[in-house]
Amino acid sequence: MLALADVNYYEPWWAQIVKAILIFAVIFGVLPILTVYERKLLGRFQHRYGPNRVGPFGLMQPLAEIVKFALKEPFRPRTSNGFLFRVAPAISILTAVGGLALIPWGNVQYVLGTRFGLYGIDVSVGPLYVFALGGISFYGIVLGGWASGSKYSFLGAMRAAAQLISYEVSQGLALVGVLISAQTLSLTGIVNAQKGMWYFIPQLCGFLIFMVASFAETNRAPFDLVEADGELGGGYFTEYGGTGFVAYLFAEYVNMLVVSGMATTLFLGGWLMPFGIHPPGWVDPFVVLAKMMIFMTLFIWIRATLPRLRYDQLMSFGWKILLPLATLNLLVTAIIVVH
Amino acid sequence: MPYDPGSDVIEVIRHPAKNPAASTFRVFGETLRGMKTTLARVVEGPVTIQYPEEKTPVYPRFRGRHKLHRFEDSGLEKCVGCSLCAAACPSDCIRVVAAENTPDNRVSAGERYAAVYEINLTRCIFCGYCEIACPFDAITMGHDYEMSDYTRSDLIFTKEMLLAEPLERTPLRAEGE
Repeated sequence: MLALADVNYYEPWWAQIVKAILIFAVIFGVLPILTVYERKLLGRFQHRYGPNRVGPFGLMQPLAEIVKFALKEPFRPRTSNGFLFRVAPAISILTAVGGLALIPWGNVQYVLGTRFGLYGIDVSVGPLYVFALGGISFYGIVLGGWASGSKYSFLGAMRAAAQLISYEVSQGLALVGVLISAQTLSLTGIVNAQKGMWYFIPQLCGFLIFMVASFAETNRAPFDLVEADGELGGGYFTEYGGTGFVAYLFAEYVNMLVVSGMATTLFLGGWLMPFGIHPPGWVDPFVVLAKMMIFMTLFIWIRATLPRLRYDQLMSFGWKILLPLATLNLLVTAIIVVH
Repeated sequence: MPYDPGSDVIEVIRHPAKNPAASTFRVFGETLRGMKTTLARVVEGPVTIQYPEEKTPVYPRFRGRHKLHRFEDSGLEKCVGCSLCAAACPSDCIRVVAAENTPDNRVSAGERYAAVYEINLTRCIFCGYCEIACPFDAITMGHDYEMSDYTRSDLIFTKEMLLAEPLERTPLRAEGE
């Protein structure tokens, strides 16, 4: 937090620690529920119940799974690179969690005489920070795939490299439309700029492009070529079992949460409520969480609906359709804002 | 110049023109249509039968675990130990040892009775030939299909077990179900 960015406001050091722990605890409390939610909802989409045996309504399923994964024998292929093999999942999960700090859960509140920002940090380069972390998280995947010393892992990693680079461009360009509308890079500033109208209405095209690119960035269906189980036996984490696998899995879910949080902040008005409702400040984080859940549901819904893309379709869709569309969207927005 | 398939091809279904803008629009439309389809599945609700609590009902002629029968009025066993079931059994899983009925030890209605009647259910293929072979309807196929056990010897059912009133564990399918 030293010279990372120009922070708009510094809380006392203890407040920052409390906030960091709180965000971490809440997200890692939400994650297991999310995995069960995804599996139950997928079940409903396919005429079945999903997990409902462990605990009431199957809610204890993630607990049982964590125990199972933690007790698994850690193994490593003979051809792998030991150090990188162990470090790669850590990179993935670190960058994923780093993105959480940026999601604004609410406006600045006055508690105990001090100002509390209901967010990890509010940097003046918000989205860029998220993209930087996304760029590093890509190392987690590629190194993991390469260090496994297996051709399936390597193929998965190469696919990931191509896919993430292709779609990050469109995602970034789709986002610039919002940035020039809001005239700021601070995420809280962007939310405050949406008081009149949430950006998904004037930026509908950008919103759709951002969502499609987000599906590709988080390696979710229909863009899950990276881990295509049928073709690659799991992709870049083929050789990972137990905790390493869990690290990748958690990183994927945290990434989904971060992307949902970003979409909420940039397009769905963050903590703002529609129809001019102004709830007290402590409600804000719940509003953001609820909006994020809408996006998570969308992620699951799409996964239940669409089949996986072919590789050439993925590439041509990314470069020939999404990128020109994003550029056009940016251009039109710029012209309108300048006028 | 489109490809000419020749005169023996009557109709060629061509895909819509690959206009990028139109196809993007179509992709979103089709995605929404697909999402509607999947959502309809949620509304319909699950069709799963929650097995240990809920069971698939069986048809009346379902061939489950065997039952041996007695005459309702006299209480005598119907089985006369003729071993026709054992002869009919393709997997050779029935063992019958017959013995003579005596006036002070009358077990069955005929001359002889089955002193030992065992069915090895690990070998039984539930074909129902024993039921067909039996001249006295002494053995029939029941409706019970829950017969797993921990040891093989536990699955050799003796005469007492087959004669015992079977547990009604499986629901019978209702008319028209």
